[in-house]
Parts: sequence; structure tokens; C-alpha cells
Amino acid sequence: MASALIEKYMRQQHLPHIWCPGCGNGILMRDVAQAIDNLGIDRDNVCLVSGIGCSSRAAGYMDFNTIHTTHGRAIAFATGIKLARPDMHVIVVTGDGDAAAIGGNHLIHAARRNIDLTVVVFNNNIYGMTGGQYSPTTPQGERGTTAPYGTVERPFDIAALAAGAGASFTARGSAFHAMQTIKMIEQGISHKGFSLIDCASVCPTYYGRKNKKGDAVEMMKWQRDNAVMAEKAAGMTEEEKRGKLVIGVLSRSDYPEFTAEYQKIIDRLAEGRK
Amino acid sequence: MGKTVLMQGNEACVEGALAAGMRFYAGYPITPSTEIAETASVRLPMVGGRFIQMEDELSSMAAVIGASVAGVKAMTATSGPGFSLKQENIGYASLAEVPCVIVDVQRSGPSTGLPTSPSQADVMQARWGTHGDHPVIAISPSSVRETYDLAIRCFNLAEKYRTPVIFLMDEMVGHLREGIELPDESEIEIISRKMPESMDGDRPYKVKEGEYVPAIPPFGSGMRYNITGLIHDDTGFPTNSNEEADKLCRRLLEKIEKNVDDIITYEEKYLDDADTAVICYGGTTRSVMEAIEKLRSEGVRVGMFRPITIWPFPEKQIKELSKKVKRILVVEHNYGQLVREVERCADEACKIDFLGRINGTVIPPTEVYDAVKEEA
Amino acid sequence: MSRRLDLRLSGSGGQGVILATIILAEAALLAGKKAVQSQAYGPEARGGMCKAETIVSDDPIWFTKIQTPNFLLALTQQALDNFAGNVSDDAVIMIDSSLTLPKCLEGKKVYSLPILDTAAEKVGRAMTANIVAVGAINKALNIVSHEDILKAVHMHVPKGTEELNTKALLAGEALLD
Repeated sequence: MASALIEKYMRQQHLPHIWCPGCGNGILMRDVAQAIDNLGIDRDNVCLVSGIGCSSRAAGYMDFNTIHTTHGRAIAFATGIKLARPDMHVIVVTGDGDAAAIGGNHLIHAARRNIDLTVVVFNNNIYGMTGGQYSPTTPQGERGTTAPYGTVERPFDIAALAAGAGASFTARGSAFHAMQTIKMIEQGISHKGFSLIDCASVCPTYYGRKNKKGDAVEMMKWQRDNAVMAEKAAGMTEEEKRGKLVIGVLSRSDYPEFTAEYQKIIDRLAEGRK
Repeated sequence: MGKTVLMQGNEACVEGALAAGMRFYAGYPITPSTEIAETASVRLPMVGGRFIQMEDELSSMAAVIGASVAGVKAMTATSGPGFSLKQENIGYASLAEVPCVIVDVQRSGPSTGLPTSPSQADVMQARWGTHGDHPVIAISPSSVRETYDLAIRCFNLAEKYRTPVIFLMDEMVGHLREGIELPDESEIEIISRKMPESMDGDRPYKVKEGEYVPAIPPFGSGMRYNITGLIHDDTGFPTNSNEEADKLCRRLLEKIEKNVDDIITYEEKYLDDADTAVICYGGTTRSVMEAIEKLRSEGVRVGMFRPITIWPFPEKQIKELSKKVKRILVVEHNYGQLVREVERCADEACKIDFLGRINGTVIPPTEVYDAVKEEA
Repeated sequence: MSRRLDLRLSGSGGQGVILATIILAEAALLAGKKAVQSQAYGPEARGGMCKAETIVSDDPIWFTKIQTPNFLLALTQQALDNFAGNVSDDAVIMIDSSLTLPKCLEGKKVYSLPILDTAAEKVGRAMTANIVAVGAINKALNIVSHEDILKAVHMHVPKGTEELNTKALLAGEALLD
């Protein structure tokens, strides 16, 4: 099955990808393709936007309308595309540094507008492309090349950040939980409004090695053994949830979508009303 | 020609852009360009277009590129500090060959400077603001009517050469209201980007032998390709080949260099018998022309040369001018920016003088008059 | 009229002097003259002192900033004191009659008119003082016809306020009778 999917949606002339052995990004990229395939969307009507970093190379490998933009700005580029072509499915593939550090302002404002973008975060808790610096999602006390004694900063929960800013659909998946993650991405794409799926990736090369997490298999096992479904997590205390990976749909609302609301202004003016 | 209407420079910029086919605007409020955003927010939805006030200057530039990639003519406007913030993505548009228009209504700097005061000190930033060797077109208007016409031209050049075009306005013209007659729609030439002959190809950045501008279709038209800010080959995918890097960078620069005669426009006044030529551009032209009219009425042989296209710089024309006159006086509202280009291009025998101002006020005609008279 | 008018209008933010200069420029265009308008921007345009300018001429206008106005309107003492020192020798001055004329303006042609009171009492709305002033200025300087100035007023005031502003314009013109 996998090979048929790859044949259909990947630009094989540009494979193999640049990701390290054991990286979780390949699985997550495949999840995005599978979700689009499951929904049966016309691929010419899909636009994939990425920023800069390991995650963002995904755009180039996938056979859609793809644009690999500048660091942190993928959501802003996507906003322009969506406003120009509200009929297109605009999907952003981004990383934890891209989305929550340099691009944090665009993330919260796109969420606030509730513009119909689907943001898939390949969250590996580290800056991989530049060689292992701590990111806004590196857990407190853990190490990166720029946090040699352990970071003293608190991490962002990107899904909660987006929900707090007004995103009308948020969810968390992981590289291990492929089936569930595919479903969440499907739901995100189908949802009319700003949706964000925060996907726990694994980076054995930098994050894993720096923090003695073992190899890729060990890291995937950690995801398996520490995952808690959102429904169950709802009944748990903060103390009980500490160190766990809460998986599933985290929030959703039917708040009006930005481009649809703007279209109402255009229609109103066309009818001669203000 | 229609009837005369009172219009502000910033409003004329939007009206011209709309006439050129602009249907998307993204911006962030900044003095003295804000009226452009305000006018665009009123007018765009009236014609089925879309306006968005983004969260910052960087995202405004990004959204403009996004809209253009999806096939919609797009513009943003800003001033000094915001122009600085937009630079990275302007470079992206240069490399990825995304047509777009960036209006910079210049104000006094550096930094926050004097936000409501006139200046022309972004001339070099317009040329070199984004990193790396890159092509650029920058155009500067000197009246409200010209702002309308040149906004159209900015879009036409952006579409024709698939490059960002900087509309280098200044506070003097942006905030000026004067009477203008808008041209009839039938008199306006509109250029739109070339579409490829077929959507089947996998080389969107391919150019024909002897040509410089690829015919790239907008997203959603059936050719699924990749756009990147990395050096790429004509498939649009990144490459580390030094040969491909050289080929791409050279083509980007040459598409402007080889077409300077099409891109460069300028205005000449009273130069036939002139001993002294005053070079000026943008709002400064108003002071200069008032002084020159007075000097001419007194029999002083002085003329004016005004680059309308600032970048690429009219090198050939300046060289010729410098052979014809004894002295060139460059007048600009900065510490001496375009004068460097004049010095670079002018004949050695020609004396080059400079009159500038950096205190946030406008150079009055009397000062230009005196500077010309000094040696006339 | 083949003279050039360099009109400087001043008052405090919110009195509508900017709109008054726009209306005067528009009226001049309607009458087939050349006109440019400019104004002070930034914090100074929103409160405290406010200044806006219109140049009207039969010839092309190159330089668009007024260096020495030959007409000054002041609606507040602060604006009057601030701008009184820089007017041409033959300048015409128009002030609200509640203001005290500075020494430097003695001997000039001065119209001291109850602009603010007329707006508040005769027209019934203090905010129409700018239109009262437009009527008085146009009458005093004989810039354009009543029809042109009325048309310009209607082009620039909010819809539904045409009647009120016509009344204000007429009241301003009547101050010169």
C-alpha cells in the first residue's frame, strides 16, 4: 500500500529525502499524503506551503502545488494564497522552530482570524537543520547545542497556543500513531477554519542523542508507551498528565471562517449595499 | 480624458494599481503610507478583490507573494522601517520570480526618525536592501497624476519581467492633493504575465533561447511544480550545482540589464542649450522646477534631467548628459545617494555638485535657485 | 483673478480645518483653476494645533508647500499666535472675533468675524465652524462662485448633512455682508 501511495503522491525523482535515518518526518509526510488521498481531493486544487527547516523540505517531495518559503513565514504566504484562491485547500507543513519561534506571530494571528488553513507541525523539539539547537518546544532542562547545561526556558504547547489564539480545530498526533494522525489531518483539512495538528516527530540524530533518548526505535516506543488519548486525558489531573503525550482532537468550534466572511462583504458591495 | 478630480498621491497609487488589475493588497499601518492601505481596504472589495491587514510588515510581503503565486496581481505599501522589515521576502520574490509591487513612501530616518517628514533616503535600500545579488526595478513619481500612471507601469513591469518592482514614492507626493484628470480605461496599457504554451511540462522556469523571463503558470492551473527560495534549476527544485547557480543568477540580473531600454524612462526639460543640468526625482522635482522656471525667465541656461526609473539607473543617459553640459547639480532629500551613481557614470570633465537636506523639511526653490546661480 | 493664493488655515484638531482646505481646493478645480492641498500629519494633526494649506493659481503649481502665506485663518489663539509671525506683507488675515490680534498683524487687512458663534448659534452646530469659515473665506477673497463652492461642500461633507452645511456656508458668506 505504501509504495502505491508514494508512487501517486511523491516526486520520486527527488527521493530519497534528505532526512536522517530514523527521522519521524517521513512518516508524517506520508500521513499528510494519505489524508489527502482518503479525502479524494483533486490534487491540482491542493497547495502545500512550507517554511524553513527539516520539516519544510516535505513540500518539495510531494506532488502538489508546492512552495517552500522563508523561515517562519509559511502561514503568511499561505494566507495570501488562500485569499487569492479561497477554493483551494491550503496546507502548511512547518516545524516547531518555524511555527512557534520565528513564525509565532503569524501562527497566532492566522488562528485569531480563523482563516481556512490546515497547519501540520512536524514537532521534533529541536532545530535539526542547523544542528541541534534548543527550540521553543524543547522540554525544560533538556539539552541542545545552545543549551549545553539544559534549557531553563519553558516549552510551548503549540496546539494549546493555537487554540488559545482562536484556532477552531486543534489536535495532536505523533509519528508512532500513524492511523490516528491521518484521521486528524483529514479532519483538519475538512474543517472550515484554522486547523492545527501538532505532530510529535522524532529526531534521533540531535534531540535523541543530546538527551540520551536512545535510537529511533526507542524514541518511537516512548511515544507508544506514554501516549494518552485526549478523551482519557480530560479526566486526568495536571500531575497525572506530566510527561505524557496527549493524542487526539483537543479542541474544535464552528467560529465563522475568514475568507467566507470577507466574501460576504464582496457580495454585499456587489449588491450595492454597504 | 475624464473630469478633473482632487486626489491625494497615496489615493492615486491605489487607483492606478486597481486600473492595472491589482486585486490583492496586504499591508501594515505605517505613516506616511497608511492612506494607501485605507483606500485599498475601501476599494478592493468593491471590485471583487481582497484586502488584508496583516500582523506585521514581514507577513504583508509574504501574503503578497502568496497571492501572486496564485495568479492575482498583488501590492503592499510601507515606509522606511517597514521597508527594512520586508527586505528578506523581497529577495524571495526576486529569486522565485514572483511579480509584485512594493510601495515605499519614504520618510525621514534612520530608524523611526521623523515619521511624517519627507525624505528620499531609501534610494540605495531600494537597490541593495535585500541580501545577495538580485535584480530590481524602482520607479519614482513626482506628481499625483504621475503616481497614477506609474502605479500601472509598476504592475506592467512586474508582470512582464516577473520581478518585484519598488514604487519609490516620497511623503511630498504621497500626502499631496492636487487636481488630476484620470485617463480613460481604453487609453491604459495593461500587461499580464505570460502563460506557458502548455501545462504538461515539468520545467516552469525554462526560458527559450535568447529570452530571459520564464512563463510560469499560477498555482492551480494544472502544472504541479515547486517554488523555492533556494537556488534551483529550471524544474524549480533546489540544486547544489554551481553551474546551475551561475546560470540562474546571471539570467535574473540579465533579464533587467538586457532590457534597460524598455525599463528606463526619464524626463528632460530645457536641456537643449543648458550649461547646467539639475538632476532630481520624485517630489524634489517640484522645488527644482519652480527654481528652473524662474532662472530661465532670467535667461540662465539651466535644464533638468529627471530619472523616472531610478533602478536600473539610466547610466547611458547620464553619460551623454555629462558630455553636453558643464555642470550637473544633483538635488535630493538625503545626504547624497543617487549623486554617487551620477558621479560613477558622468564624464570626468563635467563638474558634479550636490544639494541635499536631512532635517525633515523640504528643500525650497530658493535654495535650488541659489545653488544653480552660484556658478552660472 | 490672476493672483496666486497661498492659503493657510489653522485651528485646533477636530475643528475641520483640513476639510476646509480640501473643499477650497476642490472648488478651485471646479472653477477651472489649479489647486494643491497639503496638511500637517502626525500627532499634531489630531489634537492641539492643526494646520492645513491650499494653493490656488491660474498657472501650474510646481512647489506645493507654502513658505509665506498671503492668507491666514486662525480659529484659536494658540494657532494665531503661532502662525502670525510668518505671513506676507500684503496678507489678508481672518480670525475668530473671540481672539486677540497680535501686534505684528496690526495694520494688515484683518477680518475679525464671529465664526465659532455663528456655527454654534445661527447654524446650530459648533462643528460646522469650518464650513462657516469656507463661506467667509471664499466671499472675502472672491475665489470661486457661490455655486462652485456649494458644490465642493456637498462633495465632501457626509451624506445627509448637505442641508446643514449649506446653511453654514450661507451663514459664513453673510458674515461679509
